[in-house]
Amino acid sequence: MEGLGEAEIMIVVLLILIPLLTGLAAFFFKDQRSVRFWALFSSVITLVVSLLSMTLLKDPQWISFHAAWMESLGSSFSIKLDGLGQMLCLLTAVSYPLIFLATWQTSYRNAKQFFALMLLAQAGLMGVFLSMDALLFYFFWELALIPMYFLCSQWGGEKRIAVTFKFFIYTFVGSILMLVAIIFVHSMTPDNSFSIESFYSAAIPHNQQDLLFWLFFLAFAIKMPIFPFHSWQPDTYEQSPPATTMVLSGVMVKMGVLGLIRWLLPVLPMASWAWGNVVTSMAIVGMLYASLIAIRQDNLRRLVAYSSIAHMGLMCAAIFSVDNLGLQGVMIQLFNHGINIIGLWIVVDWIEKTTGTRKISELGGLAQRAPALTILLVIVALANIGLPLTNAFPGEFLMFSGIMGSKATIFYAWFTAFAGLTIILAAVYMLNMIRKVFYGEGNSLSAGIRDIGWNEKFALGILVAIIFALGVYPQFLLNMTEEISGFLLGKTDVLHLIKK
Amino acid sequence: MFHIDSMKLLLGFIVLWPLAGFLINGLGRKYRSKKAIASYACSLIFASFVVSVFAFFKVNSNGGEVIHYFDFIRVGSLHIPFEFQVDQLTCIFLLIITGVGLLIHVYSAAYMKEESQEHYGRYFSFLNLFIFFMLILVLGANYVIMFIGWEGVGLCSYLLIGYWFKNNEYNKAANKAFIMNRIGDLAFLIALFWLVNKLGTVSFSEVFQAQNLQRLSSGDITIITLLLFVGAAGKSAQIPLYTWLPDAMAGPTPVSALIHAATMVTAGIYMVARSNALYSLSSLSMNVVAITGLATAILAATIALKQNDIKKVLAYSTVSQLGYMFLALGVGAYSAGVFHVMTHAFFKALLFLAAGSVIHAMGGEQDIRNMGGLSKKIRITFITFLVGCIAISGIPPFSGFFSKDAILLAAFEHNKILYAVALFGALLTAYYMFRLFFLTFSGSFRGKPEQEQHLHESPPRMTVPLIILAILSLVGGFVGIPAVLMNGGDRLSAFLSPVIPIQTGETVSHSTELALMGISTLAVIITIVIAWLNFRHYRMKEEKGFGKILENKWYVDELYEQVIVRPIAWMGNFFSSIFERSVVDGMVNGVGRAVQYGSRQLRLLQSGQVGSYVLLMVVSILVIFIIQFFLRK
Repeated sequence: MEGLGEAEIMIVVLLILIPLLTGLAAFFFKDQRSVRFWALFSSVITLVVSLLSMTLLKDPQWISFHAAWMESLGSSFSIKLDGLGQMLCLLTAVSYPLIFLATWQTSYRNAKQFFALMLLAQAGLMGVFLSMDALLFYFFWELALIPMYFLCSQWGGEKRIAVTFKFFIYTFVGSILMLVAIIFVHSMTPDNSFSIESFYSAAIPHNQQDLLFWLFFLAFAIKMPIFPFHSWQPDTYEQSPPATTMVLSGVMVKMGVLGLIRWLLPVLPMASWAWGNVVTSMAIVGMLYASLIAIRQDNLRRLVAYSSIAHMGLMCAAIFSVDNLGLQGVMIQLFNHGINIIGLWIVVDWIEKTTGTRKISELGGLAQRAPALTILLVIVALANIGLPLTNAFPGEFLMFSGIMGSKATIFYAWFTAFAGLTIILAAVYMLNMIRKVFYGEGNSLSAGIRDIGWNEKFALGILVAIIFALGVYPQFLLNMTEEISGFLLGKTDVLHLIKK
Repeated sequence: MFHIDSMKLLLGFIVLWPLAGFLINGLGRKYRSKKAIASYACSLIFASFVVSVFAFFKVNSNGGEVIHYFDFIRVGSLHIPFEFQVDQLTCIFLLIITGVGLLIHVYSAAYMKEESQEHYGRYFSFLNLFIFFMLILVLGANYVIMFIGWEGVGLCSYLLIGYWFKNNEYNKAANKAFIMNRIGDLAFLIALFWLVNKLGTVSFSEVFQAQNLQRLSSGDITIITLLLFVGAAGKSAQIPLYTWLPDAMAGPTPVSALIHAATMVTAGIYMVARSNALYSLSSLSMNVVAITGLATAILAATIALKQNDIKKVLAYSTVSQLGYMFLALGVGAYSAGVFHVMTHAFFKALLFLAAGSVIHAMGGEQDIRNMGGLSKKIRITFITFLVGCIAISGIPPFSGFFSKDAILLAAFEHNKILYAVALFGALLTAYYMFRLFFLTFSGSFRGKPEQEQHLHESPPRMTVPLIILAILSLVGGFVGIPAVLMNGGDRLSAFLSPVIPIQTGETVSHSTELALMGISTLAVIITIVIAWLNFRHYRMKEEKGFGKILENKWYVDELYEQVIVRPIAWMGNFFSSIFERSVVDGMVNGVGRAVQYGSRQLRLLQSGQVGSYVLLMVVSILVIFIIQFFLRK
């Protein structure tokens, strides 16, 4: 193969390479100010590359890359930007600059390490979303997670050590299970390969699919998280530094969803079909469970955390509907959920920084002091509860339509109705939060505060613009997902498989 | 130049003017004078009204049209376009929304003038946004676009009920309205998911096609129509989802007139009337609609008998009148339901605005026990309020007579018991309305002396809308004169016939029809006389027994609190403080202990040194990986 200077260094590689190299370089910076600019600069370049890869340079020659790597094991460095990858890479690329910007004033000990780890995590995330080789996928999965442990344990809140340990145990168990499952499937591929094509064509007997299904599912369910494997998440979100929480909740949990869609459903279609009812029930119980807890939460961070569990549960249920509407709904929601939750975190972070508390019961009357923040928050909150003309509505509409139209279950109407209850509960906890924190008379905590600064206003403003743009014209995202959804469902067509 | 696609432009303008008003006033509220804010808001709605009149004449001559703008959602075989449909039914709503909306905007300009500039701007931007969403609701050519408007108006209602956001009770009322509406919205959505999966379309023109209707089983149709009706019950405040509407009176009075009387709450009636092709295929759903409507009409009327807040009486009256509209829909008299929407928009908007004028004169007082004898002090308000009371009671030739008569007649043709109960409700209506009227305007003044000093008629910007609405309440019924009184008098049903086919079932004889009219008119007049005898000289007294139950609204709010709100809170507490800690976390901790590896890791993490070690590890892995990559080339 020719050298690096040739045009064959594909744009898609840059998505991983830029954050990787800039992240490593960040270790060598001296002061906080310059490394902060460096990180922002890096993330903006990544965003530009990501946008280019979806518009001008979207021909196959640019967006897929294949090179030899550990051939003896049957693994290769194979990455490709398909519709699902596009969605998630775009989300990663959009999130990072906004996160850096929104937390611009936050000061860190060892800032260079903080930003270096953030960027390394971004490289890992991009790799997870692009990998077309199971071993490579696993490698990037770990590469994304390891910086997160450090970010939580070094820069987190008071209980960071215990919480990071819990987070570590959870994800470590998940990773091990996934590795076992990957090796298992590898041994059954016709050509002893880790490539995704080989995984898709592996003939796995029905009885062994069941075990593999649960290995994979646990790994991904922990990451999303799905009830009852979620208890690392509220703690971690509460204790992590805000910028890390934004990456974790906005982007990293999507690794689990991607895993289900790309590495579970088409690889183990029979088991996915057979266990669909069980998994969907778990997801929906979790949705209701998390929503009910969110209603009684007095801690802003945990409120957002439980709200996110409910939203991820809906995605899981929609995936196992094995329906085109549901699957495309999930794919566009991957992006939209990230946008909305990052918006919520920006607001929560600002409230904590300004008032010194995250307790809802201690807050009140912020609207009088911070009208701009209130308007932006209300829009983000409405998007979070899926109001039409915001970005979340089309995704939720399609996911619910998919669950209702599922041919994988006979309980489709019940699933839809119970999952639908969270539409009401979401309005309850979000509006109550707004009422208690922003409306009413002010108190001593809100007395002296000023409205949000330029950086938060800018970041939230962009998020709100995205919320409306994608709410009015969701087709922009749906155009990306049509092909990949059809492709994956073709692999999952159980009725066809049975005939064969 | 308007030749090719003039309707596309017209409809675009109808919705874009209010949206522009929302943006101009919303973004510029700090920089514009109150006068500028009010004139932007009013003139843009006026522009919308003028365009609506054009659209009306165009539809009148050319019939309805569907206008395509862009693809909203296109996934696989599911195609949900962003399309507007303008036909006879839509036109009537367009005129009500922009016409009555304009009058209320003008009235608001004076009514809200005490507000600070910034909040004044916020108020008008919300009001314009409401008009925008309401227009989307009635213009949408499929259920999803309708749903956009449907939730949008709910949002504006929420924002305006909680307009005075420092008052926590008002905020609670706003939340209650939004959440109760969401319960209905969920049912609406499930109906849409059902349609998507059974028919693959949600467009009106396709769903109501005969061959598509045949593809739906009768069970499907019943489920879809019942779910849609639950949605309608939420928005239009029917049993069991009506309790938010009286609380919604926390909003400024013009908001109550516009959103919670004339327009938004009639969205449910619009939706059922729009879906008449579906409803007519399910007699079960029709019966549910009729009985729910009638039960709501009676229940709300009984509560209204004992309320002392001028706005609360009108709120329960609205719930009750909406019930009549559903009764009409349920017995198949869709156009009578729409007719009542129209006349109700006139007289109820009038009553609310006149009540606002009373409250304004009384310096914010809303309790009618502290009023009395206002007739001489605020002459225009008094006369217009009286017109409203006569109209809602149904005395000819006021508008309410014709629309209520159409509903009663349809009920009579359907079932005599329905008719008798509905007539009883009509008498209750006359009784509580005239109780309100006499308590407010006759007898002697019962308020504080300083309030009496303060009494004054409202400025022209408030009284002119009152006078216009009073005239409409008087003559608005003439578009629907029954055939027995004037041949071809029912112009409204004829106009609506392309959307709502005229019923050709059994009809009662002309003499029976005339007798029914005579009976109801006579009974209403007797009721008013009784109300006069009881309330012309009101003396305050404690309510006891049944009266107390009515005063406390049958304790329905308390019941909901015990049966729904508390159990949900209890479950949330149980899950978060007990289940989550002991069961879910306990499981994890068990796993954690089982993993021996874990303890070592914990020690390492706590030592603080681990950072650099594992960092080194990650970097080494990366280096190995990169070397591998280049070596293999």
